[in-house]
Amino acid sequence: MTTRTSLAGGERHRFEDLRALLAAASPRRSGDELAGIAAESDARRVAARMALAELPLAAFLSEALIPYERDEVTRLILDGHDEAAFAPVRHLTVGGLRDWLLAHETEAATLAALAPGLTPEMVAAVSKLMRNQDLIAVARKCRVVSAFRNTLGLEGRLASRLQPNHPTDDPRGIAAAMLDGLLLGSGDAVIGINPATDNIPNCIALTEMLERLRLRHEIPIQGCVLTHVTNAIAMMERGAPVDLVFQSVAGTEKANAGFGVNLALLREAHEAALALKRGTVGDNVMYFETGQGAALSAEAHHGVDQQTVEARAYAVARAFRPLLVNTVVGFIGPEYLYDGKQIIRAGLEDHFCGKLLGLPMGVDVCHTNHAEADQDDMDTLMTLLGTAGVNFLIAVPGADDIMLNYQSLSFHDILALRSLLGLRPAPEFEGWLERMEMLDARGRMRALDPGAARLSGLIEAG
Amino acid sequence: MAGWERLRMATRARIGLGRAGDAPALRDVLAFQMAHAEARDAVHAPLDLDRLAADLAPLSFLALRSAAPDRATYLRRPDLGRRLAPGEAAKLQAGEHDIAFILADGLSATAVQHHAPALLRAALERLRPHRVAPLVVALQARVALGDEIGAALRARLCVVLIGERPGLSVADSLGVYMTFAPRPGRADSERNCISNIHGRGGLDHAAAADKLAWLAREALARGLSGVGLKEEMNPLLPG
Repeated sequence: MTTRTSLAGGERHRFEDLRALLAAASPRRSGDELAGIAAESDARRVAARMALAELPLAAFLSEALIPYERDEVTRLILDGHDEAAFAPVRHLTVGGLRDWLLAHETEAATLAALAPGLTPEMVAAVSKLMRNQDLIAVARKCRVVSAFRNTLGLEGRLASRLQPNHPTDDPRGIAAAMLDGLLLGSGDAVIGINPATDNIPNCIALTEMLERLRLRHEIPIQGCVLTHVTNAIAMMERGAPVDLVFQSVAGTEKANAGFGVNLALLREAHEAALALKRGTVGDNVMYFETGQGAALSAEAHHGVDQQTVEARAYAVARAFRPLLVNTVVGFIGPEYLYDGKQIIRAGLEDHFCGKLLGLPMGVDVCHTNHAEADQDDMDTLMTLLGTAGVNFLIAVPGADDIMLNYQSLSFHDILALRSLLGLRPAPEFEGWLERMEMLDARGRMRALDPGAARLSGLIEAG
Repeated sequence: MAGWERLRMATRARIGLGRAGDAPALRDVLAFQMAHAEARDAVHAPLDLDRLAADLAPLSFLALRSAAPDRATYLRRPDLGRRLAPGEAAKLQAGEHDIAFILADGLSATAVQHHAPALLRAALERLRPHRVAPLVVALQARVALGDEIGAALRARLCVVLIGERPGLSVADSLGVYMTFAPRPGRADSERNCISNIHGRGGLDHAAAADKLAWLAREALARGLSGVGLKEEMNPLLPG
């Protein structure tokens, strides 16, 4: 590997290899400090950015951060790289790419065509040279549309995942939270349950409950029980009505092994879900979650900074044409993202990197009680992401997930963001809300009682 | 909104909140803020050693510090919370101990303050024939700090009673982690855990002490802890 140097402020800074350069150029965050790879000073951080700005993009094609022979994610990235798509930017440095992305002439179609020509490392690198404003501006120009029973990611739309978790998977408790979410206009991205008991019969029971709800009220949505991919395969073998296959993924082979998955297993699940042909307006059948810090916490980061490893997880996701991908940005805790400032920055980076790589990117805007963050920080991040054109956000009753014990957004927050930015739900779902007389004359959610005539019986779905 | 009252019987989730425009009703906003504030206070409150001494009397203890000097460092550097500060290990005396109990503040000193003395007393009653090492209270401590302490005491089994990460509904939940043949580098899969010991619908002290004593006896008798032990105890301890 090539050592790189930067002369800044009268001091010469040396960076061992590309990994060290990328890590030092990253905005300060606790996870990189924990890993011992963060810049030791603010001046060294900026010096690294100056060196990174001069680096030719093509260097990422010849200098793998994690050896090709040792990591199937590296092989996926390099073998799948599209030279023709890369051609328009092949001559650029990382700094040059930043300017090119921001140029007014670079529009949605150009960015979509470029996506297969970019590697996660290139995208992570350029993000380190971009301020929050830049991350928002470029992400907003990207348009990634995906579809199953409704269409997500269209201009002027904001979808949400309705997350009705319950600590004991009580069907009535889950149904009550689903009703709450639907009455507040959430659920177009997916109704996604994290099961408390992760066994196959329980997951099938929850999947069937979602199916009954959907059929009974003819709701154009998809359901998902977020269980391990091997469980999903077993459920499909037993004939369960599985809409979407979920899996947490990370950016290295070893970290994925920690999740109990590899690319072959994901391929098998993808093919099984496609074969069910349950989508009506599209066939994107995969749902992935990611989050900075996952690889480090599994001691599987190979000395790569946590934001770059996160971007590599998007290479895994995009190999399976997903309907939904979201980073769970504040869930992992303060040892990886210390406070509101770090969570906000990471959320914008993840959304930008995912979109630029061609993913239908959403975010779980969230925090735990031991992080230095509160609902004001969540308001800030959701507003920035709404401006950046995020495909969907996760929402739970009253922002309090009583099963996973963390704070996400509330259904109310989704309504507030739609009002504030003039965004609407997915078109098919909006049509259903209209038919159910849940919208007022101006297209806003009416305040509805759970006993409202059109929805009576919703609760009995369980 | 009478309909919500019925639905709230089925879940503790914050359903059916009022609305002011798109925002939740102020009453609900402030209730959330209070729950969050209690959880935050639990994370940051230091362990009151004088009160703990009074609650544990006549039992005495040795207080030790981890390598994390303060809460801010503790939260950022879990690795420092897993080892003792320089010089602390020398205060421990090795001996012929079956079990070493360690009370660790973890992410909620409040949980230790509220539940550890009663749970420890109940557990000691049930484990009377066993040789128990002098009690250690560990500050700015993670679960794995028990490995170093247990090894220095040369205890066969180490039992860490530690404050769990506070949630919005419960800020004082205690957890128990048990490790046979403790030594630095033990994996989480080599431990047995009893979680959710608290007074808001969690495991009560007597039930937790029963589980703890059962696991401790089995671990000592079979010479192991972790995944192997857990699988066999499932039918005996449902839930």
